[in-house]
Amino acid sequence: MKRLFRSIVAVAALALVAPVVAPAALAQTPPGVLIVGQIAEPQSLDPHTVTATNDFRILVNVYDGLVRYRPGTLEVEPALAESWEVSPDGLTYTFKLRSGVKFHDGSDFDAEAVKFNFERMLDENHPFYDTGPFPLSFNFSAIDTVTVKDPLTVEFRLKEPFAPFLSNLAYPTGLIVSPAAVRQYGKDFGRHPSGTGPFRFVEWQSNQRVVVERNPDYWDGAPALDAVVFRPITDANTRVAEMMAGGLDVMVEVPPDNLAGFRNDASFRVAEQAGPHVWFAILNTKEGPFADKRVRQAANYAVNKQSLVDNVLQGTATVSAGPVPPAFNWVTSKVAPYPHDPERARSLLAEAGVGNPELTFYVTEGGSGMLDPITMGAAIQADLQAVGFKVKIETYEWNSFLSRVNAGLEGKADMAEMAWMTNDPDTLPYLTLRSGALPSEGGFNSGYYQNPELDRILDEARRTTDQSQRAALYAKVQEIVHDDAPWLFVANWKQNAVTRAQVEGFRLEPSFLLNLRGVSK
Amino acid sequence: MTAYIAKRLLAMVPVLFGLSIIVFLVMALIPGDTATAILGAYATPENVARINRDLGLDKPLVQQYLIWIGNVLQGDFGRSVTLNRPVLAEVTDRFGATLILAGTALVLASLIGLLAGIVSAVRQFGWADRIITFIVLAGISMPSFWLGLLLILLFAVEWRLLPASGMTAVYGGGGPADVARHLILPAATLSMVAAGVIARLSRSAMLEVLRQDFIRTARAKGLSERRVIYGHALRAAIVSVIPVIGIQAGFVLGGAVYIETVFQWPGIGAMMVKAISTRDILLVQGGVLVVAASYVLFNLVADVVQTLLDPRIRT
Repeated sequence: MKRLFRSIVAVAALALVAPVVAPAALAQTPPGVLIVGQIAEPQSLDPHTVTATNDFRILVNVYDGLVRYRPGTLEVEPALAESWEVSPDGLTYTFKLRSGVKFHDGSDFDAEAVKFNFERMLDENHPFYDTGPFPLSFNFSAIDTVTVKDPLTVEFRLKEPFAPFLSNLAYPTGLIVSPAAVRQYGKDFGRHPSGTGPFRFVEWQSNQRVVVERNPDYWDGAPALDAVVFRPITDANTRVAEMMAGGLDVMVEVPPDNLAGFRNDASFRVAEQAGPHVWFAILNTKEGPFADKRVRQAANYAVNKQSLVDNVLQGTATVSAGPVPPAFNWVTSKVAPYPHDPERARSLLAEAGVGNPELTFYVTEGGSGMLDPITMGAAIQADLQAVGFKVKIETYEWNSFLSRVNAGLEGKADMAEMAWMTNDPDTLPYLTLRSGALPSEGGFNSGYYQNPELDRILDEARRTTDQSQRAALYAKVQEIVHDDAPWLFVANWKQNAVTRAQVEGFRLEPSFLLNLRGVSK
Repeated sequence: MTAYIAKRLLAMVPVLFGLSIIVFLVMALIPGDTATAILGAYATPENVARINRDLGLDKPLVQQYLIWIGNVLQGDFGRSVTLNRPVLAEVTDRFGATLILAGTALVLASLIGLLAGIVSAVRQFGWADRIITFIVLAGISMPSFWLGLLLILLFAVEWRLLPASGMTAVYGGGGPADVARHLILPAATLSMVAAGVIARLSRSAMLEVLRQDFIRTARAKGLSERRVIYGHALRAAIVSVIPVIGIQAGFVLGGAVYIETVFQWPGIGAMMVKAISTRDILLVQGGVLVVAASYVLFNLVADVVQTLLDPRIRT
């Protein structure tokens, strides 16, 4: 017994000490391999079945769409389609496809493959519709038919003119998957992805890593990196520690608290980029104090948004002026954010004849794009109380929060936090501010805002295919909504990332996608 | 003995069956649903209905449960909707990782706990006892996620001796030595609380035994002090420590939830957290069943070991 016990202790002690004595080349990422610290494991690597930016960061490196966002912008440029034509009535889009492109599994990319991709998402009778569900397929609900004209020409007929169609094609839901791989793997395709992109899939270890390697035959030039490893690290503190320990080359979504530390350290570089994101509070325009436009404006004057983005979000966002985020720089709007003016807020409240309006404010504990919702909620509450509002906060976990808010605020609350990430200036106002988008109609207009003029402009902006005309219309949208103030406009988030100094060519895109084709180290 | 084990194993069946009903009900009662979790901000009633229909979640609850239990009896645990893969594959992948972590932590906790308990019992109220008691109380009281972060900061960030997170090196790793290196920090963190509890209990068990007559007899016979303590006293004391280790096994499994998140260990605890927050009911079911079954098994093993060690219990 004694000897046994002693040897057990000795073995245990050895096991503890051995690796410490021999610290192998730890905390060194291998050359030519980029290790990316992600916030979570992807749900699937089938681009049509996922909704999270976190998943899109991997997918845009494995797949291509017919079109893609021009680097540094939210404008589209050719990708798998070399060129396209839009009929004058805006109903027919004809794409000329790139020839000689192959999927990673060796099968050909052609017009049949394009048809397969969209019909799989949209046609309930398609043999592979059951490989879904396809939560964002409504991005393409305007499509009536997809026709193969010849192997390299494909024609989309729309049910009605829909100008955001091209930018929806550039969104990850429009990435093209290999029909042969879908046929082979069926429901498991999301674990055996095959696209045409600059990197091809190697392995996915549950909750540990997704590895992709260089596609030497990439049509747009092979990438410089040999491989990329995407690691999910859900705990933000651990992610930061792993970056500092040297186990990561790139880390996305750096907590604001840690940004300054990385900025002051020469071995790291910080990248920031404003994106098509809006953080706002929906106001209930149907009943209660916010039915009066002056009270809604008063709330917008009362909240010190500059202080929110500087202090709560620590400079990781800018102040928002309306529903069109500035990342859509082709929309030139002159509307400036509401200034912080408590005096103005008080006089508007007096004018509206409401002394101390009582409000119920829905706050969430956290969720996609919500930044720091509890602290933000408390700061907004304090600012509103300072001008005379009486604000009662109700906090809900994200899932319960969404089911409450999306059903409409009537009879429950006067305001609710919300955040959206979009890819076209049409999406957010069309889905959340139109008369036809009330919760009862299946839309997201949970605050019941209605303005016939806005409805008309939004419809017109969808019909016109002329980009400059669209730009002017969305500028008008921004102006009208800003003035009517159906929301408390708060912030536009800047995405951030930290890279090790030896990583070259890394940049963040306004689309929030992560294009690693030009990166080397 | 065999009959006893068989009886205990048989008793597991109704426990697991009842548990699966409770989990199903609880998951159905908490607000929010899978479709909303998948759709996020896009969760309109219309989209939710479409996704629910595609996933078969629009059927009545009882029917869903019956379909599930019918499939389980045929060995099919269903598909995780948030991970797009069979539940069984995910659960086995993940539970293996948890067993490595929790198993190492438990062995570590037992060794450290027993040793500390013996030393402080033998040197009762001496310096060694005071120092050990202090460390043990600190270990029990410290939140393990905080301790974990502290260890990461020291060993991975400051001294760069050990990896900060994960189970294997992300590129070209994977051997037993690699896993062992990644295991040290999380296993040490996870073992802290259990080691403390085991130390406290083995201290009092040892103290009690050391006062008994047979120890005095052994000393009177002129046996060396070591022989008295490790050969006689420990052997008697360990019988009352074993069931505590069995119970600690359950706590270690539970504690793994935090530790796995802090160290990004790809275990079942981290999986359950995500599965619950995304309302992935089949994945939750699979995970709960495996964890519950292993908890029952651990306790069974502890009871059996105790019986083998203590002739008085054997009938």
